[in-house]
Amino acid sequence: MRRKNSVATPSAISATGLTKAYGKTSGLFNLSLDVPVGSVTALLGPNGAGKTTTVRLLTTLTKPDSGHATIGGYDVVREPQKVQSIIGVTGQSASIDEKLTGLDNLVMFGQLHQLRAKDAKVRAMQLIKQFGLSDAANKPLKSYSGGMKRKLDLAASLIVAPRVLFLDEPTTGLDPTSRSAIWESIRELVRQGTTVLLTTQYLEEADRLADTIIFINNGRIVAQGSPAQLKAQLGATRFVITAATEDDFSKLASLAPKQVLTTIPATRTVSFATINTTLGGLQELATLMERITDAHIAISSYSVEQPSLDDVFMRLTSNHNEEKK
Amino acid sequence: MAQTVFVAAQPHHSRMYWSVRDTLVLITRNLKRIKHEPDQLAGAALQPILLIVMFKYLFGGAISTGGSENYISFVIAGIFIENAALTAVTTSTSVATDMLTGVIDRFRTLPMHKSAILTGHVFATLFSTMVGTVVMIAAGLIFGFQPHADTIGWITALGLTALVTLALSWVAVLIGLIGKSVEAVQQFGMILILPIIASSAFVPTETMPKWLQVFANNQPMTHAIDAVRALLLGQPVGNHVKLTLIWFTGIIVVAYILAGWLFRRKTSN
Repeated sequence: MRRKNSVATPSAISATGLTKAYGKTSGLFNLSLDVPVGSVTALLGPNGAGKTTTVRLLTTLTKPDSGHATIGGYDVVREPQKVQSIIGVTGQSASIDEKLTGLDNLVMFGQLHQLRAKDAKVRAMQLIKQFGLSDAANKPLKSYSGGMKRKLDLAASLIVAPRVLFLDEPTTGLDPTSRSAIWESIRELVRQGTTVLLTTQYLEEADRLADTIIFINNGRIVAQGSPAQLKAQLGATRFVITAATEDDFSKLASLAPKQVLTTIPATRTVSFATINTTLGGLQELATLMERITDAHIAISSYSVEQPSLDDVFMRLTSNHNEEKK
Repeated sequence: MAQTVFVAAQPHHSRMYWSVRDTLVLITRNLKRIKHEPDQLAGAALQPILLIVMFKYLFGGAISTGGSENYISFVIAGIFIENAALTAVTTSTSVATDMLTGVIDRFRTLPMHKSAILTGHVFATLFSTMVGTVVMIAAGLIFGFQPHADTIGWITALGLTALVTLALSWVAVLIGLIGKSVEAVQQFGMILILPIIASSAFVPTETMPKWLQVFANNQPMTHAIDAVRALLLGQPVGNHVKLTLIWFTGIIVVAYILAGWLFRRKTSN
C-alpha cells in the first residue's frame, strides 16, 4: 500500500487533533503542531501537562484515541516501523540496559537498527568518543553516574543519524557541565540537519535551544511562538532606574504613575513598563529620560531589562490557576 | 570532527531474516548480561555442578531408589529439569526488569521485530540450560553416573530436556509479564520449582503418600523425568516420551500465545 500523495512534505512532524485521555482530566486534548525540517521545537510545561504523552504518541509508543500524526510523512499509527527507522528517542528514564556495558548497549541498538555487526561497533566507538565516555566504555552501567547514563542514552538515539530526534527532558537532574555538553550535542545535530522536538521544564533550556516554544498545560496548548514572540506577547521590556537620593526617589516614583511597575525604597529603584513594545521601547526610553532630566531628578544608574520566559510561564500558569478557582 | 553517517543500508532481506537476526542480537544480549551479574554468573556456571555434588553427597546416602542403579544415575534426569527450572526463574526476573524499566521503550521505538524481545530471553535460557546440562553430564560421570543410552537415546533425552526448558521458559516469560515488580516476580517464579519437587525427580513416587502419588504420577514433570531417566539408563520408556511431547508442546503453545497477548496488551497503553 503506497501512498503517492505524501511525497515531499515540508514538515518533519505534523499532528492534527491528537487526543489521548487518561481519565477525564488528564492526558492530551486536540493537540496540533507542525515542526519544519531542521528546526528545534520545545514543549514546555509543568509536570503532568502532557509533554511525555505527546512524545509517546509521536514516537509510536502510545496510540492516540483520535487525531493523527506523521513523522517525515509516515503515519505513526499505520507505518510505525517506517517512523521508527527515521527517529531517535531519548525518554525520561534511562532507556538502556543496566546490565550491559556502555559499548555493548550501543552495539546492540545499532544492530537492532539493522546495521551490520561491524558497522554497529565502529559507530558505537565513535559515539563513545564523541560523548567522552571512552574510559567507561567497557564498564557495566551500574558504575555510571546519572550524567553518564544520560549521555549514553542520548548517544543510543543517535546511532543511525535520525532525521527526527525526540528528547523527553534530556537534561533533567544533570549538573550544569553535563547540561551544556548535551546542549552542544543537540546544536551540532541541528547543524547537520536533524529536526528536534524536546520537552523541558526549564525555561532557560527552551530559550537557548528552541526556534519555537509550545507551552502546554493540562493537556492543551496555551501559547506558542518563537522565544522572542512569546516574550513580546506576554511580557514587556522594563526600564529599571535607580535614584541618587531619597528625594529623587519619591519624585521618580511619582513621575509617570501609570508606567510604574515596582518601587523598591531600600535600593531607591523604580521599574517602568513600556507601553508600546512595537518600537522596541527605545523611543519610550528616550521620552522617559527627557522627563527625568526636565524634572531635575538625579539618577545613579539605569538599565533595560528584557522580559524572561519565567514571566511568561508564571503568567500562563497563574491564569490557569485563577480559572480553576 | 569527521562524521560518517550511518544508515541502515543492508541489502533487502526478508521479514523472516530480520526476525531471526533481531532474535540472535537479543540472545547475545542476554548471554552478555550474565557476565556482569555475579549471581547470574555463579548460577550459570556453578549451579549444575553444585546440584550434582549436592545430590551425590547430601541425599545420595539417605535415599534408596529401590532400583539397581546408583542414586546419581537415578537423580540426574531430575537434576536436568531442576536446573532448567532454576534458570527459568532468572528469566522471569529479566523479563520483568525489561518491562518495568525504560529499556522496553527504547526497543519499542527501534525498527525491530518486537517479538524478538521475548524470544531472545527464551532462547538465551535454552542455550545456557543446555550448556549447563552438558556440564552436569560431565560432572555426573565423574561422580558415578552410569549411562546406558545409545546415540538415539542420548539425542532423545537431550531433545526432551530442551522441550521442557522451552516450556518452562515461556511460563517464566508469562510470570515476568504479569509481575508488578521484579521482587514479586522473583518470589512468584519459585512456582516453577514446585512441580519438580512433587514429581519422580528425587525419589520414586511409590514412597509418597497415596494422594500425592496420584498427583505425582500424572503430572507432566514426572512423565518428562521418567522419560529422560529411562532413555539415559537404557530402560523401557513406556508411554512417557509420547506424553512428554504432548504435555510440553501444549504448554509451549498456550504460554506462547498468552505471553504474546499479554505483551501486546502491556505495551499498547
